Amino acid sequence: MPDTRLVVSSSPHIRAEEDTHSIMLDVCIALAFPLVIAVYFFGLRALTVTAVSVAACVFFEWAYRKLLKKPSSVRDLSAVVTGLLLSFNLPVSVPYWLPVVGAFVAVVVVKQLYGGIGKIFLNPALAARVFLFSFPVWMTSFPKPQPGQWNALPLWGAVDAVSAATPLSFLKHGALPADTYNLQDLVLGQIPGSLGEVSALMLLLGGVYLVVRRVITPRIPVAYLGTVAALTFLFPKGNVALDWMLYEVLSGGLVLGAVFMATDYATSPVTKRGQWIFGVGCGLLTVFIRYFGAYPEGVSYAILVMNACVWLIDKISLPRRFGIPRLARFIRKGGGKA
Amino acid sequence: MTFPFQGGVHPEGHKDATQQKPIELLPPPAQVVLPVSMHIGAPCEPLVKVGQHVLLGEKIAMSASPVSAPIHASVSGTVAAVEPRPHPNGGRVPAIVLENDGADTPHPDIRPFGSAEALTAEDLIAVIREAGLVGLGGAAFPTHTKIASGLGKIDTLIVNGAECEPYITSDHRVMLETPEEILGGLRALMKIYGLESAVIAVETNKPDAVETLRRTLPKRGGGVRVAPLATRYPQGAEKQLIRAVTGREVPPGALPAAVGAAVFNVDTVASIHRAVTAGTPLLRRVVTVSGSAVSNPKNLSVRLGTPLRAVFEATGGFREQPFKIIMGGPMMGVAQHNLDAPVIKGTNALLAFSREEGKPEKEPVCIRCGRCVSACPMRLLPVYLYHYEQKNMLAECERMRISDCIECGSCAYICPGRLHLVHSFRTAKQKLREAQKRGGN
Repeated sequence: MPDTRLVVSSSPHIRAEEDTHSIMLDVCIALAFPLVIAVYFFGLRALTVTAVSVAACVFFEWAYRKLLKKPSSVRDLSAVVTGLLLSFNLPVSVPYWLPVVGAFVAVVVVKQLYGGIGKIFLNPALAARVFLFSFPVWMTSFPKPQPGQWNALPLWGAVDAVSAATPLSFLKHGALPADTYNLQDLVLGQIPGSLGEVSALMLLLGGVYLVVRRVITPRIPVAYLGTVAALTFLFPKGNVALDWMLYEVLSGGLVLGAVFMATDYATSPVTKRGQWIFGVGCGLLTVFIRYFGAYPEGVSYAILVMNACVWLIDKISLPRRFGIPRLARFIRKGGGKA
Repeated sequence: MTFPFQGGVHPEGHKDATQQKPIELLPPPAQVVLPVSMHIGAPCEPLVKVGQHVLLGEKIAMSASPVSAPIHASVSGTVAAVEPRPHPNGGRVPAIVLENDGADTPHPDIRPFGSAEALTAEDLIAVIREAGLVGLGGAAFPTHTKIASGLGKIDTLIVNGAECEPYITSDHRVMLETPEEILGGLRALMKIYGLESAVIAVETNKPDAVETLRRTLPKRGGGVRVAPLATRYPQGAEKQLIRAVTGREVPPGALPAAVGAAVFNVDTVASIHRAVTAGTPLLRRVVTVSGSAVSNPKNLSVRLGTPLRAVFEATGGFREQPFKIIMGGPMMGVAQHNLDAPVIKGTNALLAFSREEGKPEKEPVCIRCGRCVSACPMRLLPVYLYHYEQKNMLAECERMRISDCIECGSCAYICPGRLHLVHSFRTAKQKLREAQKRGGN
């Protein structure tokens, strides 16, 4: 007699512990490293801007799916990650409505309208950042870091902080900012810049955490940073090549982009070879934009352009078929289209 | 020297519950149910009629097809019925029901054929065919068919003692308790293929089995080598095992013989020995009974045709109402819903779980993390196969090599979004087969 209490389902009957929630929680933990240093350098306003961004992203994620009567996806924490990354891409002095507008673009326009997590083809936080450049005054004035000054910037009301030149703006003019910012400042993050991009050290620590926890593989960050390092070393602008390379790699949003943005699951390739191609492509475009573009930074655009190529990259980087020798794929056979 | 396959996963082994427990003989039940299909290939035709008396080991069903294996009476007694009965693979399948007379009177045909040395290769294959042997690792492919397909093409003979599925310890116990039978069966296979050497592959999580097998080998090994392999699922899958031992990859759609390899499960090899030396056909097999709902997990030697219910009763019944019962391992086994279904030739384990293992997800969502791609031992892109299947884009599935999928479950196991990947691929393959059939007519 069939026992109706027994569940019949397809194999496998066991699942690994890890789920989307636990992965996103790991990403949040990794992002806490740069957040802590941001609060140290820019004061408590770094925390409030981040909180507004996260809250807005979570709200839009909840509200959109509530309105469309879809199951809630707040628990997967992906909206929290988007909120963190969005705020990391903003100067700490932005008015609070700016991250809210960004959150709407990121979560509703870029993420949910395309079907939500896993179906997006552009990094939501980066797409939102690029949209927010419609407000250049807010987006390009970077206050100077003031280590340990919790109230460096007012928590409420308008911020009229003195905007400082970023290391990238020096590099744009072909000069090393060595007199203003030394390499140690760049590693630690004692430089003007977006809230979460300044400290290469903390970003790399976060990256190491993600690699150790097997949330990401080092392939994309290594390919991306390696390509930028190689190109800037080979084609320095007048100064000592090694210094030029180090300043290029440590300035701007490169490390943030390489570790946290370019490795975003939905908008990066799934094949090993594809991930190398993607990282190298991001690096090439970044250097191209920084060298020849009008704008000093190229990371956001480079990653967004490569995001749009992911499907193609996956298609051309299929792993070698099991049982087919390495060279056989170059010999065309009837039937299979290349 | 090993050549690790790419991909794979590391599920929790859960073998502690039974790996130290010697195989116990389960007394034959009052009634056995022997389906005419306990193997891959053509179902058998019953040779007996209702009311007829049969002896232990008597051939009661067979098929003229070259891909089939005869079925023998696993008890002596009377044929009570020949009718469709629940089958562990689902549905009802014609089965021969035997009323056990409790005497276990052996059939006169069960007598030793002598040693493997004294028999010719053809004789040995005939003995194996007549004994109804099939792959006991779970696949249940007729052993004589496998041997015949590879004659003259094999240079590497591999005995599969990997047992990579969690919970299962039946092969482990066979390696510990009857290593000489494994070696005896292996000698017979080496004679059939005309080979001087062979490899016994065992995962490193069974060091005692490696040790026991090595101790049993003659001095200098006699051409047989025990190869410890990394503990990684699906190490025991045929293509992955061949790759690990030889470095060769079986081409898509081809048999292992295409790369000169033949793989036999350890218990199959031990059964070959028993068939040759004692004339015993396949009447019983070792079944690991385990899982969170089982009171007293055990390794049991069970007569074929024993109802699942009787096997679970022998382990003290259920600790609590089981949520799910699986025949085979948790990665590839088949969920059961009817405990009247019998133990068949491929039943290496019966697992009962009291609740869902691991966190289930109500709404499966792909986050495109790519873990399935890293885990796939066949180097497929499960994430794309899934999306194409969901959109019913079968031509794309085919182009992305869905036919290479061995349904090992590594992708679905590792998926953080809890997608039903294997189910999706089975569906796609089924649809493709149907489309092909329609196209062929």
